[in-house]
Amino acid sequence: MSERVKSISNPRLSLNILSPEDVHAIHRASLRVIESVGVRFPSPRALDIWRSHGAEVDPGSMVVRAPGRLIEEALQKAPPVYTLAARNSVLDLPLDGNHVYVGTDGCGVEVIDIHTGERRRSVLQDVENIARVADYLEEVAFHWVPVSAQDCPPESRGLHELLAIWKNSTKHVQTESIYSGREARAAAEMAAVLAGGKDALRRRPLLSIMECTVSPLGHDGGSLDAALVGAEYGLPVGFMSMASSASSAPATPAGNLVVANAEVLSGLALVELAYPGAPVFYAAAQTVMDLRTGAYTGGGPEDFLFGAASNRLADFYRVPLSMGSFATGAKEPNWQAGLENSLSTFMSSLAMSDMLLGVGLLSGSTVWSFVQMIMDCEIFGIIAKMMEGIAVNEETLAVEVIREVGPGGTFLTHGHTKRHLREIWQNSFLDRRPFSVWEKKRDGAPDWARDKAKSILETHRPAPLNPELEQELRRIISSIKP
Amino acid sequence: MKKEELFARIEKAIIEGRKSEAEDLAREAVKAKIDLTEVIEKGYVPGIQKVGDLWEKGDYFLPELITSAECMKAAMAVLQPELDKANIKTKTKGKVVIGTVEGDIHDIGKNLVASMLSANGFDVVDLGADVKLEKFIEKAEETKADFICLSALLTTTMLGQKKAIELLRQKNLYGKFKVLVGGAPANQKWAEEIGADGYAENAMLAVKLAKRLMGA
Repeated sequence: MSERVKSISNPRLSLNILSPEDVHAIHRASLRVIESVGVRFPSPRALDIWRSHGAEVDPGSMVVRAPGRLIEEALQKAPPVYTLAARNSVLDLPLDGNHVYVGTDGCGVEVIDIHTGERRRSVLQDVENIARVADYLEEVAFHWVPVSAQDCPPESRGLHELLAIWKNSTKHVQTESIYSGREARAAAEMAAVLAGGKDALRRRPLLSIMECTVSPLGHDGGSLDAALVGAEYGLPVGFMSMASSASSAPATPAGNLVVANAEVLSGLALVELAYPGAPVFYAAAQTVMDLRTGAYTGGGPEDFLFGAASNRLADFYRVPLSMGSFATGAKEPNWQAGLENSLSTFMSSLAMSDMLLGVGLLSGSTVWSFVQMIMDCEIFGIIAKMMEGIAVNEETLAVEVIREVGPGGTFLTHGHTKRHLREIWQNSFLDRRPFSVWEKKRDGAPDWARDKAKSILETHRPAPLNPELEQELRRIISSIKP
Repeated sequence: MKKEELFARIEKAIIEGRKSEAEDLAREAVKAKIDLTEVIEKGYVPGIQKVGDLWEKGDYFLPELITSAECMKAAMAVLQPELDKANIKTKTKGKVVIGTVEGDIHDIGKNLVASMLSANGFDVVDLGADVKLEKFIEKAEETKADFICLSALLTTTMLGQKKAIELLRQKNLYGKFKVLVGGAPANQKWAEEIGADGYAENAMLAVKLAKRLMGA
């Protein structure tokens, strides 16, 4: 395992997706929606916070209508730059607007078993195995809970999942599978044990918390409470909208952005009102429903546009973005998976989204595949290389080299070639072999990716978790009763 | 310098693709009157073999492979006159006449094959590009070649490979030389169809094929 994470930084590529006027228009429309339509906050604690800051609260429907100024002032308290800490500080992730990091996707409910190839319900051991492979891969910078530990009790499942990851990796963990204040408090206490106390955790948040909104224009009560507890401990918290055009959002992409933005902004503003200066992030994975069946699609041109547009909005609010990319709707690692995951990730990267979620899931983020995970990492490698763009200087223009080689000569053996050839991207899974070799073997990327995952699982030994600390974490988990 | 140290430095110079060093060390070996066959067998050959291994493992890329092959060639050019003077015959893996067939000026692939064959101990006569078919046969007869290697990049010029074999049949020379074909439009099936002895997808496979056909 390399003691580094691969990220995109200092990009030479950029993208114009929304003009400043467009961004302002979306911002104003979102505030109008929050002010006059309102957003539902089904949590007594959240409603109290809104009420005490002068927002209009309807106790029956639990819809909050807040003045745009209140939202804007609250968001200004959010820190624009902070770091997601890792247990191994070499693997810390500065969210400074100049890095794109990839996490594992989550939270799947089934796994394609790497040994049998069969699809089955996910269990705790899967979370451990995936975390171990993710710990090894330099393309994976941080973890989401990749699949649900369905053999663990529901009330503490999210905590078992965290422990499973911490046992197998020293990278930062962002949980998206904790939905109650009680569980969030236990998770934060666990993180504090690992960090060496609550103050240490505040300085070095080893854990961040991502909660989903309930589109259109709503939040989940438990999720709100969990986010508020996270902020209390200084853990970065974010709200993710998965607004789906034509069902939970308007059919028009701009309208979808308004709904999603109103949800995310109102959630982040709540956190800043309760804990001014708390680190927060914007999160989004908007999509379009399947027009024939209403199903979640997990890919398509509108999704790819949302990926880039959301970062423009997050930039406008000066908060980091955690963006849904990859997450193909394909059922196996195939043409569709390659296409969707490449385009979504490229668009999000062009906009320099801080966190991309994530590698490894098929079928609209429901089925884990180690093969897909490894191949997604190669996609990220290609995109990271493209984002470097083309460096133009004396050395790279190489006029003297061209003069030395001359018409009809070869650059193959020139020292300049030797100097630069290792800057050229190298494939691990793209098949560039002669046809005849392929014809004999009839194998390809999925076979090689499976072999690689198996070998990582067999050989990678992550830095062990101190047994006493593990004991302490288990004690916290067992304190959660149904 | 001890013999063993010289061999080790030669091997390193080849692996790292340092041409002037590979040549200088050849001169040093001549000056020190070390057995030149031993210099080749224990210095240069292990070097180029290691380069091949590194390429097979994926650690080395083609530019490095060919650079090392060119170093080998340059060093051999220093040693050859001395070997001739001393009347020492070096073991050759086989004699090869190679070129791109008439009407076709593409020679990048052919050059790679020539370099790799030469670096791996074959005696290579490179006729260049756009070579008349008769010329291949004349040269092969003259040098008592084991192989005629015909390169072509175009579907139109590829027919030259077929005509060359027909020409060999007309002259009752078919079977006297092993004919290898290569180039983007060629494949194993084409080789069989026209009665060639072999086809390889790339320069490294061409070396393997030639060695196999020589029974090495």
